[in-house]
Amino acid sequence: MDEKRHRFEAMAMPHLDAATNLARWLTRGGAEADDIVQDAMLRAFRSFDGFRGEAVRPWLLAIVRNCHRSALEQKKRHMAAPLGEDGGMDVVAADPTPEAHAIQTGDGRRLDQAITALPQEFREVLILRELEEMSYRDIATATGAPIGTVMSRLARGRALLKAKLTEAGHEL
Amino acid sequence: MNCDQILQTQAYLDGELDAADVLKAEHHLENCAECQAMAADHADLKAALAGAQYHRAPAALRAKIGRALDAESKPVRRAPGFWLGAGSGGGAMAIAATIAFFLLMPADPLVNDLAEAHLRSLMGNHLIDVVSSDRHTVKPWFAGHADVSPPAHDFPAEGFTLVGGRADYVHGTRAAVVVYRHGAHVINLFAWADHGASLPRNNSRDGYHILFWKQNGLDFAAVSDVAPDELDTFAALVKKTEATE
Repeated sequence: MDEKRHRFEAMAMPHLDAATNLARWLTRGGAEADDIVQDAMLRAFRSFDGFRGEAVRPWLLAIVRNCHRSALEQKKRHMAAPLGEDGGMDVVAADPTPEAHAIQTGDGRRLDQAITALPQEFREVLILRELEEMSYRDIATATGAPIGTVMSRLARGRALLKAKLTEAGHEL
Repeated sequence: MNCDQILQTQAYLDGELDAADVLKAEHHLENCAECQAMAADHADLKAALAGAQYHRAPAALRAKIGRALDAESKPVRRAPGFWLGAGSGGGAMAIAATIAFFLLMPADPLVNDLAEAHLRSLMGNHLIDVVSSDRHTVKPWFAGHADVSPPAHDFPAEGFTLVGGRADYVHGTRAAVVVYRHGAHVINLFAWADHGASLPRNNSRDGYHILFWKQNGLDFAAVSDVAPDELDTFAALVKKTEATE
């Protein structure tokens, strides 16, 4: 194993779970998530030379996010009808039917559904903050948004999630 | 949301505030019903989200990525000698080539020391020993860890952010290194005691630039891959601030 590979194994591979978690949440559990992760890890490896000792995880997650975006755009080109996801706003979020919640069972499932129904811009900051426990600065790096935007998206995302959970009868 | 402090309160709840702002936020929270309601929701959501699904990488995906990286690593192997000249190979290769390039040059040993120390600082976790954007933390730290304690000023308005300090062995002394960031670039500002020796000429090679100067009984060297004019700007800022010390 050469030195670059050693460094990559030591610095980037420990964040493979974080990459997978983000990809699965971005794709709402879609089957394409694993392809996005693999694509992202390869791209990260290829551009590892240019990586200058900053925090690895936000850098890697920014690549995952870009790969997700590319995959979406590719999908759009191959489909006649546009996808719901467009710059963060989407059909699922705009139209959460009570029926959709009624078929869910168990609090955990209901919670996962409520997060999944959030528009991407709010979903991703909540995942990075609450599941990855990342700092505002690192979330800003990963999502390419200014810290102020991260803060307002977190506030809005929390309010939306709270409303969804309350409406779904989730005991908070 | 009507309270204009709500994001600040959220930052407090997220543990993002420093000590001084924590006190202000706590005081505000005591007196603001809206922030109190938000804080209650924040705690509830935090507890609820702890139960959200965390998707770990399955073993099959991990193995698949490992194989893909194996395939990716192999073509980088080239005949020895190639990478010495080209410097266009893989990461470690490029860095090794750059170090070799510096070492093979009939350069001043000090230039070699600095180039090597700079490149070493970019690999792994060698960049910063004391992480702080506060010069009142960085400067005293040097007192116990390096032979000199240069002032460590922050220049956020000019885009040169103080990120910390490091001690590095350069030129037979324990040099103090003040570390700055400029965009995606790192600037290492080395300082050691001026014993009257003349300094090498400013160097520019392989994308890295080194500027030398003497001031206040110290020898300084700024090393970075930022554009030369930006490194000049940086050096001018440091000199101007040093002059008022």
